[in-house]
Amino acid sequence: MRDFLRAYPAEAKLLAVLVLLVAGLSVASPEFLTLVNITSLINNNAVNLIWAVGLLVVLIAGGIDISFAVGASVVQYLVVSALIGMGGGGWAVGIALAMAFGIGLGLINAGLIHGFRIISIVVTISTFNAFFGLLMFFTSGKSIYSLPDWLSRPIYLWELQTEIGWADIRLPVAVMAVCLFATWFLIRRTTTGRQLYAFGDNPEGARRAGINIWLMQAIAFGWCGMMAGIAGLMQAHITKEVVPNALIGRELDVLAAVVLGGARLGGGRGSVLGCVLGVALVAVAQNGLNLLGVSPYAFKMVVGIIILAAISTSNIDLAAMLAPKRRDRK
Amino acid sequence: MSDVTDLPPAIRFSKVSKVFGGVKALQDVAFEVGQGEVHCLAGENGCGKSTLIKIITGVYQPEPGTEMELFGERLSAITPNVARQMGIAVIWQDLALFPEMTVAENIAFETMLGNRPRFVDYGALRARAEAALARLEVSLDLDARLGTLPIAQRQVVAIARALVSDARLIFMDEPTASLTQAETDALLAVVRTLSARGVAVVFVSHRLAEVLEIASRVTVVRDGRLVGVYPTAGMTQGRLTELMTGKTFDHQVMARDTSADPVVMEVAGLTRRGEFRDVSFQLRRGEVLGLTGLIGAGRTELAHVLFGMAAPEAGRIVLGGREVRFASNRDAVAAGVAYVSEDRLALGLIQPQSISDNAVLSVLRRITGASGLMSPKRQEDLVAHWVRELAVKIGKPGDAVSTLSGGNQQRVVLAKWLATEPKVLILDCPTVGVDVGARAGIFRIVRELAAKGLAILLISDEVSEVHVNADRVLHMAGGRIVGEYDPRATTLEALEAAVYA
Repeated sequence: MRDFLRAYPAEAKLLAVLVLLVAGLSVASPEFLTLVNITSLINNNAVNLIWAVGLLVVLIAGGIDISFAVGASVVQYLVVSALIGMGGGGWAVGIALAMAFGIGLGLINAGLIHGFRIISIVVTISTFNAFFGLLMFFTSGKSIYSLPDWLSRPIYLWELQTEIGWADIRLPVAVMAVCLFATWFLIRRTTTGRQLYAFGDNPEGARRAGINIWLMQAIAFGWCGMMAGIAGLMQAHITKEVVPNALIGRELDVLAAVVLGGARLGGGRGSVLGCVLGVALVAVAQNGLNLLGVSPYAFKMVVGIIILAAISTSNIDLAAMLAPKRRDRK
Repeated sequence: MSDVTDLPPAIRFSKVSKVFGGVKALQDVAFEVGQGEVHCLAGENGCGKSTLIKIITGVYQPEPGTEMELFGERLSAITPNVARQMGIAVIWQDLALFPEMTVAENIAFETMLGNRPRFVDYGALRARAEAALARLEVSLDLDARLGTLPIAQRQVVAIARALVSDARLIFMDEPTASLTQAETDALLAVVRTLSARGVAVVFVSHRLAEVLEIASRVTVVRDGRLVGVYPTAGMTQGRLTELMTGKTFDHQVMARDTSADPVVMEVAGLTRRGEFRDVSFQLRRGEVLGLTGLIGAGRTELAHVLFGMAAPEAGRIVLGGREVRFASNRDAVAAGVAYVSEDRLALGLIQPQSISDNAVLSVLRRITGASGLMSPKRQEDLVAHWVRELAVKIGKPGDAVSTLSGGNQQRVVLAKWLATEPKVLILDCPTVGVDVGARAGIFRIVRELAAKGLAILLISDEVSEVHVNADRVLHMAGGRIVGEYDPRATTLEALEAAVYA
């Protein structure tokens, strides 16, 4: 327990807050702790979480990406247009294309950052505008409503009829689970992932140790782009349409959730668990406000306050508070 | 310090020259280190030490004609990879570690290198880290986040990391600059262990006492040329300083009797829990009061209270006859206290900004014109005045402070505080990271300022510095003033014995 607190202080604190929030809402609202509500929360946040783990990798490597949500819109448009052009396609082709286009956009970011030595926030604000501008220009803002049949048909992985309606888990949740596992595996279990942490932690130290800096940027932004592409396809699957300006603005919500989850702006720290908790906390808070009948106009304000509270208390060391005294090993 | 003479030397370089854009950084230097030897590379900043290290480790290529030999093998060119494979490691002053990662990962980081992804074997990683620490005869918590460790232990981690990559010769760049005496002793013990196991260590250090204590030979470089190689047996600090600077310094005590001068600052019973207790002293006009003691004795904490950065829990500070309570250091500055902090690089200067902007930072209100906006003319005059007064060697006032040498940076910090026209000047370790030669210049300024009537509290952990330059010396230990000495009546050896006891 104390080891967990020591290794993941931000995550542990977040978990405690989330548990309190869930307990409070369970008492305050009878609808909250129902299968229908919980499963719909999970279904509705799958896309955010896929984005979150993509962004996590960039943050760990010491960068930031503002362009991924817009990038997801670009990928949606490209993939769906390509699928329609080839007369339909299927899931395998669709996902492969989404990943490929997403990686492509990510590599554009990485190339600009590494090639011209510009900091990532400047590059991705530029590509955020460039991607969105190009998308709006070439599509004239027109949406695509007639998706291939396989893409727009909801796929239920699990369902159950309850007294208050159907509870179900849909395809994007499974895709999300795979993305979470893959990201966890990359950053915790592979040497590449540990190099990403090291690079984000101390870029000069990493360079001197002999880490390939270009490779680090390419993997971080490529991974983020790939996740953005997958998330974009899932979003099209869920909404059954492609609207070019539907996703713009989501990047800041995701960024806030990831930072809430303990990822450090500046690199070297962050975990998949933190992403899950960060996204969950924001989602549960909004859901709770909704169930309690609070005006939706207040949501953003409350989310803002939560994030401020979390960040400003992040210096409190929970492990030190729980430890009776310093324990010396051996 | 094993004397294994039948093995070829770890490093044998001769006729080393290096030219940067027409400037000769190194001329015909020779450098030799035996296997398992503890060697010291001494010289002032800019003498070519770092250039030499960078040539040996393959970062720079020397001029043609340089003869290079590592562990008996003649080499025509060295790349960083070759140097690493030959077992040459450098521990830079900034250590180049990863504070967010664990101790084990930092030590065995090499196992995670390479462009092809592999699975991390945490078991093997820990085993290698543990083995490296065992070779150093040190035990550390392998799972602790490196950032939570004190600097001294991080240094041990950096050494262990060099061992994991099978280093046979380790350069240590200013390894003790930020260590306490006890930590330095522990580090020296680790170095002896390394040496006994056949790993050569080259110390690059300003702290001459420890160099003489641990190294068997010292190579002195000055202005890019080899001065000579000397055994440390029979070498004194004074002689070494002369060799490094090419000048002779008199270690004559400067103390004067100031007991008749008016008291500027009086401190009585000053206490701050966990930091210092019942501190009382008087500081007189024109006096240089030395305050020495080991790191952790509470010296800097005391300075922070005198400068209004922390509030005392008990006791009083009387300044110019009136009791003062500082709510912040702004009050202290207004009352005529100036503080030159220990960490000049981080706290004293804004490195990327210009010399001129740094120098006027503490007196922005004084350089505003009638309009309330900054007057470039007044700024220029003020900066010109202090550059002249303190003999700061600068190119243009508009150059970044980071382009200056340590000694000149320290002068800019001084200028910044002297511009506030203080009555009391607190100098906290003013010579950390400053060359021996430049130190004399700084103390000359300190004496001149005192002669003009400024009361100066000189904090230093180098006992010889306060012995030579202070009128009176206070010894602080465990948060209390434990002794007061008159340098004219006390020998340096006696004072050192008291402080390092």
